[in-house]
Amino acid sequence: MEPFRRVSGPAAHLDRSDVDTDQIIPKQFLKRIERTGFGEFLFHDWRDEDFYTLHDPEYRGAEILITGHNFGCGSSREHAPWALEDHGFRVIVAPSFADIFHTNCTKIGLLPVVLPEAQVRHLRNHAQDSPGAEVVVDLEELVVVAPDGEVFAFEVERTVRERLLNGWDDISITLNEEELIRRYEATRERHGPSTLGFAS
Amino acid sequence: MRARTLFDKVWAAHEVRGRSGGGPATLYIDLHLVHEVTSAQAFEGLRLAGRTVRRPDRTLATVDHNVPTSGRDEGIADALSAQQVAALERNCEQFGVPLFSLRSPRQGVVHVIGPELGLTQPGMTVVCGDSHTSTHGAFGALAFGIGTSEVEHVLVTQTLPQRRPKTLRITIDGRPGLGVTAKDLILGTIGQMGVSGGIGHAIEYAGSAVRDLSMEGRMTICNMTIEGGGRAGMVAPDDTTFAYLEGRAAAPERFDEAVAAWRELPSDEGAVFDREIAVDAAALAPQVTWGTNPGMVVPVTGRVPTIDDAADDAEREATRRALEYMGLNGGEAIEDIPVDAVFLGSCTNARIEDLRAAAGVVEGRSVAAGVRAMVVPGSMLVKAQAEEEGLDEVFRNAGLEWRDAGCSMCLAMNDDVLRPGERCASTSNRNFEGRQGRGGRTHLVSPPMAAAAAITGHLVDVRSLDGDLVAGGA
Ligand code: SF4
Repeated sequence: MEPFRRVSGPAAHLDRSDVDTDQIIPKQFLKRIERTGFGEFLFHDWRDEDFYTLHDPEYRGAEILITGHNFGCGSSREHAPWALEDHGFRVIVAPSFADIFHTNCTKIGLLPVVLPEAQVRHLRNHAQDSPGAEVVVDLEELVVVAPDGEVFAFEVERTVRERLLNGWDDISITLNEEELIRRYEATRERHGPSTLGFAS
Repeated sequence: MRARTLFDKVWAAHEVRGRSGGGPATLYIDLHLVHEVTSAQAFEGLRLAGRTVRRPDRTLATVDHNVPTSGRDEGIADALSAQQVAALERNCEQFGVPLFSLRSPRQGVVHVIGPELGLTQPGMTVVCGDSHTSTHGAFGALAFGIGTSEVEHVLVTQTLPQRRPKTLRITIDGRPGLGVTAKDLILGTIGQMGVSGGIGHAIEYAGSAVRDLSMEGRMTICNMTIEGGGRAGMVAPDDTTFAYLEGRAAAPERFDEAVAAWRELPSDEGAVFDREIAVDAAALAPQVTWGTNPGMVVPVTGRVPTIDDAADDAEREATRRALEYMGLNGGEAIEDIPVDAVFLGSCTNARIEDLRAAAGVVEGRSVAAGVRAMVVPGSMLVKAQAEEEGLDEVFRNAGLEWRDAGCSMCLAMNDDVLRPGERCASTSNRNFEGRQGRGGRTHLVSPPMAAAAAITGHLVDVRSLDGDLVAGGA
């Protein structure tokens, strides 16, 4: 995964709460067995809706998405963050995220930023009223800078931040704990059940 | 020693490494379930890195999301679905993972097959690339959904880095009335706490109404934990749990010893939870969702809310949008809403007890003219059991379609799809826009309520029909 340090540029906005992963990437596009190519289907079923502006020309190229609370609820499909990333987003800013979606984002290097509702609204208003205005999201400094210069601090779990800053992948980190895993299996792993012997 | 919760005990027993310096712990995973939609890219990752599956004996795969529920002998007509199923078959073959494929007599929805084989047991950690993995918590397991990167992580290491969630106890006390099922308890609970009320929490369901439930009912409740935002849902194991497991194919050989250990798992007296919520089961009527998330729910005796009922601007906008999508004005009596389709299925409500409850309602009656109704058993074993009991006859005679096992119209990735504007009474778990087909409108209900809607052609209080109602069951 690519290291993530700082993103600056225009922000797009999606003014809805409880956006579920069925909307982010509708199921008719989940049949691909590749990890890429989902971006063109992002929010497919919302393309013609009035509130939907992500594909408007003035938001083209935006790497930051400002949206409502409980973003990414519903299915655990990682296709949702893949689609957002493939579309070009690198940061999602919201008052809250659904748990699995939040984890899925950090695993692929897409940064979920949680800010208080009022600050999210502030950023949303700028994105809406002056499309193209520059927002900065800085993971080293842990701040978001609004187009008017207002600075909002955010938090990211220390290990997640380290991983994102360095572009490390989780599996290699855990493989360094091989000795601990082996010891667990030798002394504390529960006995059974085995899944072998049922398949036919 | 400090009093511990069920969650605390299961978590502690699986820490390969405790949390250090504010980072996540590393948890050992006892059972990893796999299906075709969220696994292909994970296996591909293994291939690219030259890695193997660490513990095939703790991994089990099934096909469910994409599979046809009729005409299976002809294979899968949809080319992309066929390709995804073939990819899983190839991956399982290459990495030695056991698989229930399309023609296996044990094939079924991933959250139905684990419990029915006895693979899901108290005190385990269970994960799957699927948000409804919380279902398995009904056995006192810590079970949660993960994304594809995490699927890959578990395949390679049999562990997962995890932030410790907070704990929430939802105590559902009181005796539910006749015709009020586990589905109504959980829909009522989500209505009370909201669809994001459980974010960041592992939930334990307690109270007399939960104790009185069968394992099927407990699975229904835990299944929908994610619909309230919860990370995992758990029920303390008890005699009901042990009786369900005894004699199942994967149950422990030295069963009494296992039970003795499982009896240590329930939360200790005086254990403290980060949050508590109380729900009164006796006050609940059968529930029906009217909108586009599971928290938009009212009693069947009620009315669809209007925009003016909303508490603030955001809720007003959400209500307006949901009403528009659902083709409702607001203010209608729930029982006046006609349905075009009825779906009895999904990992929420397609176990044998659910089918019995629905069959009890339709027996000797017929599906209303113009209504398309289908029954999709949760697994081929459930299907076989139902056929042994003659339930298939009951459904067929009443005019419902009797199909093979799979996710089917729960998410409509196969051919079982609502057409735009069609309205469906469904026993599944999500009423999101387009979930059952683009433009399709979903009302979530219990199996007896779905059966009643099929018979009358509209949403209806099942208690107003006479017949076999299963109190508190299903
Ligand atoms: S039945 Fe529905 S909710 Fe359950 S696993 Fe299948 S698609 Fe998901």
